[in-house]
Amino acid sequence: MSAAEQALLSHEQPSILPELAPIDESSIDPQRMAAKLAALQEGGISFIETLSIALKSLTANKLRSLLTALGIIIGVAAVVALMAIGQGSQSSITASIAANGANRLTIRSGASNSGGIRGAIGGSQTLTIKDAEALKKPNNAPSISAVSPEYNGNAQLVAGSQNTNASVIGVEPAYTIVNNVSVAQGSFISDDDNTYTNSVVVLGANVAKTLFPTGDPIGQKVRIAGQQFEVVGVLTAKGGSGFGSTDDAVMIPLTTAQRKLFGGKALNGAKLVSSIAVQAKDENSIDQAISEATLTLRESHKLPMDGSADDFSIINQQDILESINETTQTLTIFLGAIAGISLFVGGIGIMNIMLVSVRERTREIGLRKAVGAREGDILLQFMLEALIISIAGALIGLLIGLAIAYGVSAAGLIQAQPSAGSAVLAMGFAMAIGLFFGIMPARSAARLDPIESLRYD
Amino acid sequence: MNDAMIQVRNLRKTYHMGEIEVKALRGVSFDIQRGEFVAIMGPSGSGKSTLMNMLGCLDTPDEGQYLIDGLAVEKLDRDMLAAVRNRKIGFVFQQFNLLARQTALENVALPLVYQGGIPLKERMERAQRMLELVGLGERLDHRPKQLSGGQQQRVAIARALVTEPALLLADEPTGNLDSRASEDAMALFKELNKRGITIVLVTHEPDIAEHAQRVLTVRDGMIASDKLNQPQAPSRVAQAAGATSAPALGGIL
Repeated sequence: MSAAEQALLSHEQPSILPELAPIDESSIDPQRMAAKLAALQEGGISFIETLSIALKSLTANKLRSLLTALGIIIGVAAVVALMAIGQGSQSSITASIAANGANRLTIRSGASNSGGIRGAIGGSQTLTIKDAEALKKPNNAPSISAVSPEYNGNAQLVAGSQNTNASVIGVEPAYTIVNNVSVAQGSFISDDDNTYTNSVVVLGANVAKTLFPTGDPIGQKVRIAGQQFEVVGVLTAKGGSGFGSTDDAVMIPLTTAQRKLFGGKALNGAKLVSSIAVQAKDENSIDQAISEATLTLRESHKLPMDGSADDFSIINQQDILESINETTQTLTIFLGAIAGISLFVGGIGIMNIMLVSVRERTREIGLRKAVGAREGDILLQFMLEALIISIAGALIGLLIGLAIAYGVSAAGLIQAQPSAGSAVLAMGFAMAIGLFFGIMPARSAARLDPIESLRYD
Repeated sequence: MNDAMIQVRNLRKTYHMGEIEVKALRGVSFDIQRGEFVAIMGPSGSGKSTLMNMLGCLDTPDEGQYLIDGLAVEKLDRDMLAAVRNRKIGFVFQQFNLLARQTALENVALPLVYQGGIPLKERMERAQRMLELVGLGERLDHRPKQLSGGQQQRVAIARALVTEPALLLADEPTGNLDSRASEDAMALFKELNKRGITIVLVTHEPDIAEHAQRVLTVRDGMIASDKLNQPQAPSRVAQAAGATSAPALGGIL
C-alpha cells in the first residue's frame, strides 16, 4: 500500500499544513461588526443581582459576617450611647442650675482670677454675716432683691432606725426666694427660728423619703450629728441630678448652724458664713448687681478702692453654665473620639476578613470571570459585601446604643438624650469606613487573573 | 468570505518570568469550522494551555489575529472580552469549578446572571432544560457535594451550554474522572456535537482525543500536525472497546 493510499484510508490530511493567509479585517462588513460590538456592550449583570450575590455570600457564613461586623457594632453603639449620656448629663446639669434661679449670684470667700469657678475660691474665710447685712441694705445694693447667707456642712441624719448622710445648710428665710424652692409640707425656717437658734429642720424631698419612708415627717425628731432637731417642713422635689439640688439637702436656721452644730468661727466679731447667695432684680440687672455687691463688700472688708484684688468672688450662674457646658462638651467629644477609634479598628477588621475572603474565593472569582463577570462586577460585589457588613453593623450598633441610652435612663442614673445627629454621624462614619476599607480587597479581587485564579488551590 | 467559527492567524505569545523568556506560542494558524469537534493535543509545556486561554479570551496574544464568530478579539477591551466569554464561549474545566454552596440549577444559571436582562424564572427554566439535556433532570436541587464526579462535570457542561455559545471549550474535561465517567462525558460531547455545537477539547490523553473528528497537535508553540480522525465507530460500545486499539491510535499519531 502506498503512503497516499494509506492516508486516504485513514482519512488523514496531508502532513504538510496548508498556508493560511492573514485575514483582511477591512473586508469584514463594518456595519455587521459594529452591530456585534454594540450587542456585546449591552446587558451585563444588574445592580440588584450583584447585591443578591453579595448578600448570599454573607449569609452563607453568618457567624463570620457577624464577627466581622462586631467592631462596627461596638463602635457605633459606643458613639451613640456615650453621646446620648454626655448630652443627657449636660442638659440635666444645665436644667438644675437653671432651676436654682438664673438671676442668682453666689459670693464666696477667696479671690477669683477672672471670674468663673476656676479661681482659688475659699482660700481663706472672709465672708461674714455682716457682709450679708450690708448687702441687704437697699442703699448699698438697689439691684439686689434678696440676700441669703448660708453656712454649709455635712452630717449624718438619724430618724428612728433610718439614717442618711446629707448636706446641712444653715439658712435664713430668703433662701427660698434666691434658690427658687418651695415648701411642700409644713413651713420653712423663719426669722424667729434664727433669732432663737431653734433646733428645727426642713428636709429636702429625697431626705424626707429616706428618713420617713412611710409616715408624716412633720413634728418628728431627727438627730443631726447627734443633736436633736424637730422637722418643721419638707421641700417640694426639684428633680434633676444631684448637682446643686436641694432634694438631697436639709436646712436649719443659720444661727443654729453657726453656733450649735458646726461651731462656726468669727471674724472681727461677726460670725462667718460659707457663702452668700443674692438675687438680682431681673436678668438685665445682673451686671449692675455684681458691681454693687463688689463695692459693698470691698467697703465692708475695708479694701481700698484702687483696683486691687477682691478677697471674695462673685459667681454668675451664666458663668457656671458656660464653664460646665464647656467641660461636658469636651468630655462628650473625648468619649466620641474613643468610640470613633473603635469604629476605625472595626474597619480594619472588615478589611482583614475581606482580604481573607478574597483569597479563599480565588477560584470562585476566576470562574465568575470566565463565565462573563467584568472587573467592575467583581469590584462591586466585594464592595457591597464590605458595605453591607458596615451598614448592618451600624444599624445593629445604633439599636444597641439606643438600648443602652434608654437602659441608663430607665435605671434612673442619667436622663440620656440620644440625638439624631450622633446617630447620623455614626452611621455615616461606619459607611465611610466600609467604603474605605472595602475598596482595597475588592480591587484585588477584581484584578485577579482568571487563568491563575482557576488554577489556585 | 471565510465563515469559519474560529480563525487563528500567526498567534504569538511570549511570557516573561523574570529573566527567562518563554515563547509559549510561536505563530499558530488554523480555522475551525462551525459544527466541528476538534481536539488539541500536546505534551505539557507545548503551549496548548496558552492556546486554549487565547481561544477562551482569558488571555490576549502579543501578535496575530483571532476571530471568533466573525469578531476580531484583539480589538476588544477587557469588559468586552468578558462579554465574549459570557455569550460566545462555554467553558468546561478539569476541576469542574462549580460553586459549592449553590444547587446544580443555580450553578448552571450563573452565566445567564452575568448576561443580564433575563428574569429569574426564565433563567431557571433554561438552566433546567440544560440539566435535562445532560441527563441530570432529577438532580436540579443537588449541591455539587451530593453529586458524583461525572455528574458534576455534566453540571459544568450544562453551565457551559446555557448561554447557547458559539463554542464549547473543554480543558482536560476528563482529567478528574474515572474511565467510565470519562466515556460518558465523551459520549455526551459527541451527542452535543451532533446537535451542531462546535467543540474544542484540550487533552493530553490520546484515547480522549480519539473521540474528536479532528486533532490538532501542538509542539513547541507551533501546530505540529492537523489530522482528521477515522470515521467514528457506529455504536458507543464499539467506541469504548476500540479506545485503546492500534488503528485508532494510529489515526491520531
